[in-house]
Amino acid sequence: MDILIEGLSKSYGSEKAVDNISFEVRTGEIVGFLGPNGAGKTTTMKMITQYLAPDSGRIILGGKETSLNNMRGSIGYLPEHNPLYDEMPVIDYLEFCGQLQGIPKNQVSQRVREMVVMCGLNDEKHKKISELSKGFKQRVGLAQAMIHDPAILILDEPTTGLDPNQRVEIRDLIRKLGVHKSVILSTHILPEVEATCDRILIINKGKIVANGTPDSLRMQASGKGLLLVDIEGAPRNEIQQTLQQLPGVTGIGLSADHKLFEVECTDSHQTSRSVYKLCVNKNWMLLQMTPVEARLEDIFRNVTMN
Amino acid sequence: MKASWIIAKKELSGFFDSLVAYILLVAFLGFSGFFTWLWGSDIFYHKQASLDTFFNVALWSLFFFIPAITMRQFAEERKTGTIELLLTKRLTDRQLVIGKFLACLLLVVIALAFTLPYYVAVARLGNIDHGSTITGYLGLILMSCAYISIGLLASSLTSNQIVAFLMALLIGVVFQFIIGSLGAGEQGWMGSLLNDLSIPRHFESMSRGVIDTKDVLYFLSLTFLGLMLTELIVSKRK
Repeated sequence: MDILIEGLSKSYGSEKAVDNISFEVRTGEIVGFLGPNGAGKTTTMKMITQYLAPDSGRIILGGKETSLNNMRGSIGYLPEHNPLYDEMPVIDYLEFCGQLQGIPKNQVSQRVREMVVMCGLNDEKHKKISELSKGFKQRVGLAQAMIHDPAILILDEPTTGLDPNQRVEIRDLIRKLGVHKSVILSTHILPEVEATCDRILIINKGKIVANGTPDSLRMQASGKGLLLVDIEGAPRNEIQQTLQQLPGVTGIGLSADHKLFEVECTDSHQTSRSVYKLCVNKNWMLLQMTPVEARLEDIFRNVTMN
Repeated sequence: MKASWIIAKKELSGFFDSLVAYILLVAFLGFSGFFTWLWGSDIFYHKQASLDTFFNVALWSLFFFIPAITMRQFAEERKTGTIELLLTKRLTDRQLVIGKFLACLLLVVIALAFTLPYYVAVARLGNIDHGSTITGYLGLILMSCAYISIGLLASSLTSNQIVAFLMALLIGVVFQFIIGSLGAGEQGWMGSLLNDLSIPRHFESMSRGVIDTKDVLYFLSLTFLGLMLTELIVSKRK
């Protein structure tokens, strides 16, 4: 089910949390929603899930405009901090959620069984939720969001507070569950977005500041390249000065361990050729030359800091 | 309605799973039983086969008992964030409020059902007035509806359960004592208005065996008002 957001705004008092944003998520797409804390991610998600009513703007799900609770059955939502009823056993909780989502009575337990297997909760299903580890709680949260097989999945920081292994597990689960669905997930963990998402939306101070695939964002952001170079055959000062004079080089630095040169340049392809030629001419040993891609962190900092 | 019932069932089983129900049932039965049968102006002191003593005690026990069961209803959901979970499912604000109300009411009805042996015992001791006993129970249930809606309103206003409990008691005190005492001191229309707003007055006439539409309407409108305000507060999503 496609998600279409048009001119969405929401204020808390005089503070604009979300300021006239528009975007689209197509069926089958997993979109990563990034932004600093307080940028308006959670507010946007709460509006899409129809928990909050927008001040202005429209949310259109599968061609149908939403009002306060007409489309809730098509949405699965995992709120921030994954709130759960700690005192309930896993299976009772999932049954309760299934019933609330309007699954017919004779199908609820079947559906709960499917979700328990799919989310790997089989050994924990009779435990109270409070007895589960954080990773398993997160699985319960996902199972709860997916119980009615919604066409849209909204996940607010689904991997916060998990260890790296659990993060990979949850990520795989989202990939597995998200086939044929429109998924929006917010996170602070940037490598995760690259691993999971087809597209990235960056939001800052209530406005969308970047929108595209990780590669296209890199292209936009790059404009300058970075080469890591290791050369032997002359004193380091001499090498540094010679490199500095190459055409297209805008700056030379040293890597953190002081072994490599960091060559900043306008076009990394052109510069790597000149570095190679330079070494051949001067009879230096070129031990290493690695082009460094613009990192997502840098892109993120660029668009959200100013 | 179905969604409300799912909520009510979950809340009611939550009462029993968390011991809240047992503690409150024991407290309610112990308290009302002690004052009805054993101490002070108990049933034997009056030498009448009537449950008036019990109704008086129950009125007071419920006054404390109900805020204790309503206090967590919205405050807890808000504190843990589970209210967001509920209100993004196929459930309207109204259905949620009604579901919670039903759960609390059912627990009160269960507590009152456990006092039916009192009725049987007194009926065997002497000639009990069946009519006034039934209207007395009805009065207790109607009054409970009003207190539950007040309790839910208080709970919806805060995410702190203790604050919710105290707030419910405070509003209760206003309806239970203050309005009545003020009304006793006032003359004319002001006095009669205040008297008409006092909960014990309406309850008394019911426990005497009189079903006056005025009393029933009073409790129902108080309940309705409380629930409407609760829904309004919940829909504000603070």
